[in-house]
Amino acid sequence: MCLAIPGKVIETFEQGGMRMGKVQFGGITREVCLEYVPDVRVGEYVLVHVGFAISKVDEEEARRTYELLEEMDQLTELNAPEVDGIPSRREKP
Amino acid sequence: MKYVDEYRDGKLAANVAQEIRRIQTKPWVIMEVCGGQTHSIVKHGIDYLLPEGIELVHGPGCPVCVTPLEMIDKAHAIARRPDVIFCSFGDMLRVPGSDGDLFTIKSQGGDVRIVYSPLDCLKIARANPDKQVVFFAIGFETTAPANAMLVYSAKQQGAKNVSVLVSHVLVPPAIAAILGSPQNRVQAFLGPGHVCAVMGYSEYEPLSRQFHVPIVITGFEPLDLLQGILIAVQQLESGRAEVENQYSRVLDRGGNKSAQELVFSVFQIGDRKWRGVGMIPASGYHLRPEFAEHDGELRFEVAQIDTRESEICISGEILKGNKKPHDCPAFGKQCDPQHPLGATMVSAEGACAAYYTYGRHLKPEPDELKLTSISSAGAA
Repeated sequence: MCLAIPGKVIETFEQGGMRMGKVQFGGITREVCLEYVPDVRVGEYVLVHVGFAISKVDEEEARRTYELLEEMDQLTELNAPEVDGIPSRREKP
Repeated sequence: MKYVDEYRDGKLAANVAQEIRRIQTKPWVIMEVCGGQTHSIVKHGIDYLLPEGIELVHGPGCPVCVTPLEMIDKAHAIARRPDVIFCSFGDMLRVPGSDGDLFTIKSQGGDVRIVYSPLDCLKIARANPDKQVVFFAIGFETTAPANAMLVYSAKQQGAKNVSVLVSHVLVPPAIAAILGSPQNRVQAFLGPGHVCAVMGYSEYEPLSRQFHVPIVITGFEPLDLLQGILIAVQQLESGRAEVENQYSRVLDRGGNKSAQELVFSVFQIGDRKWRGVGMIPASGYHLRPEFAEHDGELRFEVAQIDTRESEICISGEILKGNKKPHDCPAFGKQCDPQHPLGATMVSAEGACAAYYTYGRHLKPEPDELKLTSISSAGAA
């Protein structure tokens, strides 16, 4: 019910005094109310719930979170013990 | 970045699970609040990736589930009227009332329509000026801006044939009710990311302080959930209890101010009854008196309806995190998504329905399946 999907704003327009936009989700494009993201621009990503953009998706924050996760990946690989030069499965500590 | 696929990377997920395993020394019980998170956890088997001793319990954050039976009966009484076009989100149509569901009413000639957005009701009302268009305005804080915009626009446009049947609930009072219960087992929460996209997370800070409980505002993809659990376990292991935001790509502490402004111009806070849980003070939204002409409950004067819930169903205990679907003798037997006995089976986001959909009524309890080591997954 609180499902919200990120999509890319490809067009903005006015309709009945309301700021609307076309938002692309993969191959599907839908009309979305943009009243709650007044500063959004074409090309930016918004999070859409029941036809309303409820927030913008912050690309820098998204990248930062992802990089943290990737760092964890590198650390795990560095921590993996090696046996005869072949990385082995990590045993339970 | 497309903000979806990146957060479903199996290798990274296994690494986060391994990190949780590395730092965990004691057993902990963590509740994900939102039904969307429950669905994602069960769908992706996140709980199976966790080490023994980390137990996820499923919270009350499914608005379809917690909509009281008498409200559903009221909706059905209105939807049966020949002068009404009854509009709803799709997930409410299968929820049984005391006498059938909205699909039954539709098959018997009632004009029941599924809408994608509440604003669709304005178009339907313009095209049908001789009919009353009634929208079933349910949801948590996430959905309130959309439902508020319908009411606000209907008033602005003088759309007198539009009204709403409001059954709106709020997350923080439900968390307070769970933590205040003497039976409470929950030691940390994954907070509802999309509710907080609208409301921000400052209102969770007093809860975290008062009950000394970590609350990690978390997204919905597998990596979001695992990272949220990792942050919660880090706090629990170090004895900290703070509000942290895992979902920073979507929200900040203040939330969406323009959405909050419209929500509070249309709604005011009041008591609400939660199916399976009971009355929680100041736990929902009601229309402000200035919007009374669009209040479906007043317009149709549906009499108070007495209802009875199943005596076997334990959904109330499940919603509070005290029990799991497998603890119920009816789960997967007398009770399934086609014949739900109570709140947690009526919507795909209810814990019982999610467990059933992903075949867990056919398997042993999740704890028995938990990996004693995720090293094989971690090395993938």
